[in-house]
Order: sequence, then structure tokens, then C-alpha cells
Amino acid sequence: MQDGRFTSPYTPNTDDDRRRMLDAIGVRSFDDLIADIPAEHLNPHIDLPPPTSELELRREIGAMAEQNAAPGDYACFLGAGSYRHFIPAIVRSVATRSEFMTAYTPYQPEVSQGTLQAHYEFQSLVCQLTGMEVANAGMYDGATSMAEAALMAARVTRRDRVAVLDTVSPAYRQVLETFVDSQGIAIDTLSPGSLQIGEGTACLLVQQPNFFGYFEEMEAMAEAAHSAGALLVVAVDLTSLGMFRPPSEYDADVVVAEGQTIGVAPTFGGPYVGIFACKQRYVRQMPGRVVGKTVDTRGRDGYVLTLQTREQHIRRERATSNICTAVGLIALMTTLYMSSLGKQGLRRVAELCYHKAHYAASLIERIPGYSLPLSGAYFREFVVQCPKPVAEINDALLERKIIGGLDVSDQAPNGMLVCCTEMNTKEEIDRFAEALAEVANQ
Amino acid sequence: MTSTPKHDLESLNRRLLMERSVPGRVGYTLPPLDVPEQEGPPAEMLRDDLPMPEVSEGEIVRYFSQMSQANFSIDHNFYPLGSCTMKYNPKLDDEMASMPGMSEVHPRQQEAGVQGALKLMYQLQGYLAEMTGMAGASLAPMAGAEGELAGMLMTRAYHLANGDTGRKKVLIPDSAHGTNPASAAMAGFDVVPIPSDEEGNTDLAALQAAVGDDLAGFMLTQPSTLGLFDTNILEVMRVVRGAGGIVYGDGANLNALIGLVKLGDLGFDVVHSNLHKTFTQPHGGGGPGAGPVIAGERLKPFLPAPVVEMSRGPDGTERYTLGAPPQSIGKMGAFHGNFGALVRAYSYIRTLGDEGIRSVSRDAIINANYILSQLRGYYDLPYDRHCMHEVVFSARNLKRAHGVSALDVAKRLIDYGVHPPTMYFPLIVEEALMIEPTETESKETLDYFIDVMKTIAQEAAESPDLLHDAPHDTPNTRLDEAAAARRPNLRWRP
Repeated sequence: MQDGRFTSPYTPNTDDDRRRMLDAIGVRSFDDLIADIPAEHLNPHIDLPPPTSELELRREIGAMAEQNAAPGDYACFLGAGSYRHFIPAIVRSVATRSEFMTAYTPYQPEVSQGTLQAHYEFQSLVCQLTGMEVANAGMYDGATSMAEAALMAARVTRRDRVAVLDTVSPAYRQVLETFVDSQGIAIDTLSPGSLQIGEGTACLLVQQPNFFGYFEEMEAMAEAAHSAGALLVVAVDLTSLGMFRPPSEYDADVVVAEGQTIGVAPTFGGPYVGIFACKQRYVRQMPGRVVGKTVDTRGRDGYVLTLQTREQHIRRERATSNICTAVGLIALMTTLYMSSLGKQGLRRVAELCYHKAHYAASLIERIPGYSLPLSGAYFREFVVQCPKPVAEINDALLERKIIGGLDVSDQAPNGMLVCCTEMNTKEEIDRFAEALAEVANQ
Repeated sequence: MTSTPKHDLESLNRRLLMERSVPGRVGYTLPPLDVPEQEGPPAEMLRDDLPMPEVSEGEIVRYFSQMSQANFSIDHNFYPLGSCTMKYNPKLDDEMASMPGMSEVHPRQQEAGVQGALKLMYQLQGYLAEMTGMAGASLAPMAGAEGELAGMLMTRAYHLANGDTGRKKVLIPDSAHGTNPASAAMAGFDVVPIPSDEEGNTDLAALQAAVGDDLAGFMLTQPSTLGLFDTNILEVMRVVRGAGGIVYGDGANLNALIGLVKLGDLGFDVVHSNLHKTFTQPHGGGGPGAGPVIAGERLKPFLPAPVVEMSRGPDGTERYTLGAPPQSIGKMGAFHGNFGALVRAYSYIRTLGDEGIRSVSRDAIINANYILSQLRGYYDLPYDRHCMHEVVFSARNLKRAHGVSALDVAKRLIDYGVHPPTMYFPLIVEEALMIEPTETESKETLDYFIDVMKTIAQEAAESPDLLHDAPHDTPNTRLDEAAAARRPNLRWRP
């Protein structure tokens, strides 16, 4: 405050600076600069709260944060597309370096080699983990990545139907609908047991493991898709790939994934990063940014944004996608996570998840009234059939400082989708099982 | 070229992770399994090999730290990249977004357990609607281009809801960002470009000729990508709305208008706001951003889901819930938008408040006009009138006289420690140099930049090779982009 007036800490120029600049411009006042704006609409009343100091704002937003039941204080068994995993300190420490954080998209490669090389590392490690031939530098999230894969399949095959399994995340299927409907692409929803794929179908979209946590029979999926001339698009769980077969082994054409599981905090749903990888032959139909290796005028290695003729700033309405700003920093976080965990750690995390989830399931299925309605192999999520409405159970769990699994009773009677990761201790899992037993009888 | 020890070190430092990998090295610790080991899955489900790097923690930190130093960033120096609004990103906002009560919250938690997060989103929806003069907002779109797509899908849904199935055409100025035509096409529209007149405004005659009963809408960036306030705006509104079209506002240049004029008051039906431009979410080397879509009464029912709604209990307590507008176009992503960016925008808006928000556009406009006035005569000005928050010069005078291009000028700026402006955009300006200083730069910084630009103009005349060979002191000199596209090398291979 100066003389009762608010001075923004983010705008350095003073009244005196402005006066000198306006004089240099050759106008009498600021209003002369904005004479093009219709006067009747100028300087409207704006109903915003008054300026707030840093100290006050910390208190205010801190109070809002305290109104949230943050996992950590609570034992959390929620997954369903966003997962709590341990994130080594270096992920945050390095990714928040302001050289990475406050740089723009690397349009000027000579001053962006940090971002560019990090993106190239990201593309490389995504290929190593998924077994796929090429990857882009990232999409907004897993769901939009899958929708863009469907659009790419339609371009590649010149077909206008896509088939999606009903075991794919409902949220992903809703985003798919938003993206393809306006382009005249029809969606056929199939169940894994009856894979009727017509000749006009561009792709089959499968989630592995599926939304309920269970593994699909991927050879059958690939056979069904490919025999109809359709592409196989698989949404994989990256954490599971520390242990389970990569999608290249069952001949996936396009692999998408939610990158949040490898190094990004849940953050109430975003920002995350969508993984997009495919076979080499589709590289020029990929959406999104791609970094390539090249040489400079002195013959030294360096990196640039490449294959840009696919993109909106060159191709405009004929671009492969409208995507521009994506999620470079989040891709960097996942790169740091993959570097840190590496060959041994990624496997170890997957094993911890697997054994803890199966331990939790073994306790829960022994509780009277609870059962596991689905059979087959699963990774870190499974469906529990509860003796009463899941909403009631979750309310009672919350009072015990436990965040229960997702209510999926719209898809399985009294179904709760339970998730365990390495973040859940044995003590938490035991307490969860005891609490489930208690609340069943309340 | 002689190989100096420094260069050997450079190539050593740039080795990729897989090249640094040594079997047995680890970069993590994890707790032991504390539950009884369970029966494993069938062996055929497991992978044989996991070809990921094995690197120790300190090596990773050093590698990425060295890499980071090859980046130019806004924290480092002046970044006048036109249309990108590279303003200072407040550190407070980062801290607010990373509080555990914000960053650890799971998107599927019951609403009762996330009232703080929902309240913040509800208030931000209201602030954005208020500042743009609109009726409602959805925070779901995860970047500007996704906000555009949402706006175009809402336009489509609006016409279809009116039984108006023949409205297939979207008009877009020739100066527009590439995302505009790409987004309209993704929403299923046919794109028709509209030329700009000699003042840089929408060509009204061309607009009149293009509208008809097949018109779905007009996508307009105000101020335009020329940095000019389109003085035909009220007439544009009359023509487009008269033909039954929707007017979409690209909020990329909102930094010029915030606090000064509301787009809704001018007649826009729907706009998006790039929170990573106007509202200081750091750009992160290419995102994350956030692109909330903000609508007037006509399009509000079609906003994407979710939107946060507020109701009051019998005792007057506020309760926030996630809902969907009645005729919503659907979901734009798996969850609720890029919440981390929303927290930062909220923190920024609350810091500035009603009084501070007006200083944003005022100082952005003065700064841009100051640069315009001081470089007039050194570089061509294709539209010589007062600009808004950015100014577009042309280097065609240097090109004709000395064979020096906009690219050469841009690269030479790097030698002087300044990030290049946006080059060769908008497409309608030959040898374009688009300069956006933002409000967060001091007069001293602008004076330095102006001096440098004058020096470069002089160098172009006296020693053009200095410019052709620039930049000189960066980790790489100019890179062969044609070779990169011809033979794509997009990943490490063994």
C-alpha cells in the first residue's frame, strides 16, 4: 500500500515510469492509447474481492486446504484412474527448477535444449517401458489420449466407427464420446465376451487391466481387431508394466496411458500427462508434439521439435489434432520418476502393489457379507461386493479416517472398487478390513 | 573445428540415461513387503525383461540440472514471445498449489471430503465469469486449444438444440492462431478464412459476403494477433449475430483487456482463458496449462462437465457439488480439469484483487506501445497505430536492404541474453516479429531491449554475417530441422 493505493508486487513500473513512457510514446494519457475501445464499455465495474497480502492469502488458502480430507492423514483405497504412489524427492526438486518450470514450448531450440532433451528422454523411456516403437511428447491426460487414438485410427483406416469395450473406464468412454461424435464417428460398445467387430470399424479400444482391475485376454482382442482390419488401441496401466507383459507383445498398434501413476501427485485430477505411443508406420499420423535428434551447424548433436507439418500451427484445419500447449512439465516429472525407480524399482513397486492388493482381497473376502464377484487375474484393484450400499459404508469409513474404494454400484451390485498401492501399510489394510466388518453390522 | 576439452565435457554431459545405465546402480529406496507374500500371477503374464535405466540418484540430479541450464526461462531473463504472455510467475502460487491439502487430494473422493477444493473452483468460476462479463464457466478444459474445442462443440450443440442442422460454417480471420481452424475442424465444422482490412481489422465486406443461413459462428481473437483492438467489433457482432451465428472469443490475448473491458459486454457469446498466459500458471516448457471456457446466457447450458455448484443447507452452510449443465457437451478429460493450475490462478487473482487486476492490462499496453514508439523507423510497422499488449514489426526492410531475415534478428537477440519474439506469425505479416513485453517488465528492461534491437538493426547493415551465424554462445548453434523431419530419430535405441 502506498497512500492507500494497492501496488502490485508483479508490476514494477511506477507512476513516474509510466509518465516518462507515455511522454516518449507521445500521448498525454493512457486513455489516448485505448481510444479504439468503445468508450461505453471501458473500465466496467469488476466485482472482485480487494487485493490480499501474501500472509493473508496463505491463511485463507491454507484454511481451504484443511477443509479437504487429504490422503496421508487418511488411509486411502481409491484408485479408478488416479493412483497414489510414492514419489522420490528428486522428482519435485528437479522438475520445479525454474529453468524447466518457467520456460515456454521449445520453439527456439538453441535456448531450449534442456526441455528438448528431457522430452526426448521421455519419448525414449515410454518406448522402453511399453515396448512400442515411437511415442510423442505427451497429451493432456489418459482419457484424451485414448480419444485422440480413436481419431488417429479413423484417419489411418479411413473408417468411421470405433469399438470400445464396456470394461473401459466410464470417464474415458465419456471423453471419447465428446471427441468423436462431432466428427461423425459412431461408437459401438462391446463386452469382452462378444467381440463382433465389423469391417467398417477403425479400432478396438481396450483397457489393460480393465477399469475393474482385471486383465483382459489380449491375444483374443488383437485377433478380433486385426482380422477385421481394425487397429488395437490399448490403455495400459504403466505401473503394472514393471511386472506384466508390455503391450508390444500382444501386437497393440497404439498404446495410451495415464502418466499420473508414474511420478505425479493426484492433485484432485490434474495436471496429468497422457501417454501416446504407436507403431513406427503411424508416426506421421500421430497427434501432439514430437522431439527428434539432429545436428547443428557445427555437427554437434541436438534436439528439435519435429514432424511439425502434422500440427495446427502449420497445417491449420487439416492438422492431426488441435493440441498446442500440452503438459511438458508433467512429462518431465514422469521421466524423473522412471529414471529414479529404474529397472529394479519399477518392478519392485509393481510387486508391492500386487501383493498388498491380493492381501487386502484375501482379508475382505473372509468377512461375512463381503465377496469378490469377479474372477481372474488382477493387479492392484479389485471389486468387492458389499452387504449394503457403498455410499453408507464409505460415510462410516470416513468417520474412521479411511477413504474407501470407489462406489461402482451402477455397474456391479453394491460394488466397491478397491485399490492398494505401496502407500498402504499392512496396518492400514488390516484397519480397513476391520472397519468393513464393523460397518457391515451397524 | 578443434576439439577442446570443454566440448568433450559437453558431449559427456549430454549422454542419455540408457547410455549412462550401469547394471546394479539404483536411484531409489522402497520399504520391504510388510504383508505376507501372495500367490503370483501365471508366469506367461509376466514380462521377461524391463529395459529401463539403472542410474544413481546423484547422477540423475546432476544430469537434469545440467540439462536445465541449457534452457532460457522467464525467471532468467526477458522473454517477449508474442501471443504467449510470458509474464512473471509468482512463487506464492506454486506454494499454494503444492500444499498437501491440495496436491494429495484424490479426484474420486466423496464431495464431503473435498469441500475446500470445490469452493476454490466455484469461486474461480465466478471470478472468470465476472472479469469477462459472462454468465458461467467450466474449468474442465486442460489447455487453450481444448477450451476452443469446447466452445466450438457448444456452438454445435446450441444450433442442433434449435433444430438448426445446416449451420456448418465457421469463419476465422486469416490472422488467427492455427488452433482456431484446427479446433473448429475437430468439432466438425467447415472453416472459411476471413481477410483483415488494411487497418488490421476484420474486413467487413468479406464478412458480409460470407455470412448466411449456413453460418455456425465466428472465432475472433480480440485484440487480434496483430496486437490491435478490432475497431469493427460492434459491427462484426451485428453482422454475425444478425445471421444467427455464435461469436467465439479466443482468450489468448486476454492480458490486453483484463480489467479494462469485458468481452461479454462487447457481445461475445463464449470465450476461453489460457490460465497459463493471463493468470500466471508457469508454462513448464510446453504445459501444463488450463483453458476454462466461459459462456454467456445463450451457451451456458452447454458448458462441459463438470461445473461446481453451490447450495445452502437449512442452517445456511455452503455445500459445493460437482454437476453437469443441463445440455452439457460432456467431459473434456477424465476428471475436473487441471486443478493445480486453478489453484495458482485463484491465488493470483486474489493477490491482485479488483484494484490490482486493472494494472495488468494498463501496464501491458503502455509497455508494448513504448517499444513500438522507440523502434519505429528501425523496423517496419505494417500497421502503424497504437497497439494493445503486443506489437508486430516486420523485418522486411532489413531483408530487402541487407538480406537479413526475421529469423536472423531473433537468433541474434539470444546473443544479447533476450529470448526471441514470436517469428513469422501472424502469417499475414511478412518477416513478422511479434513482441509482447507483458506488464511485469520494468522500464529499464525495456530500454535494454530497445537498445539491443537498434544495435541489431545497425549490425544488419554493417556485418550481416553476425546475424546469419547467430546465436554464437549457446549449447548448440542453429539446428538442422529439415534433416530431423526427413529421417526422424525420435528415441534412444540400443
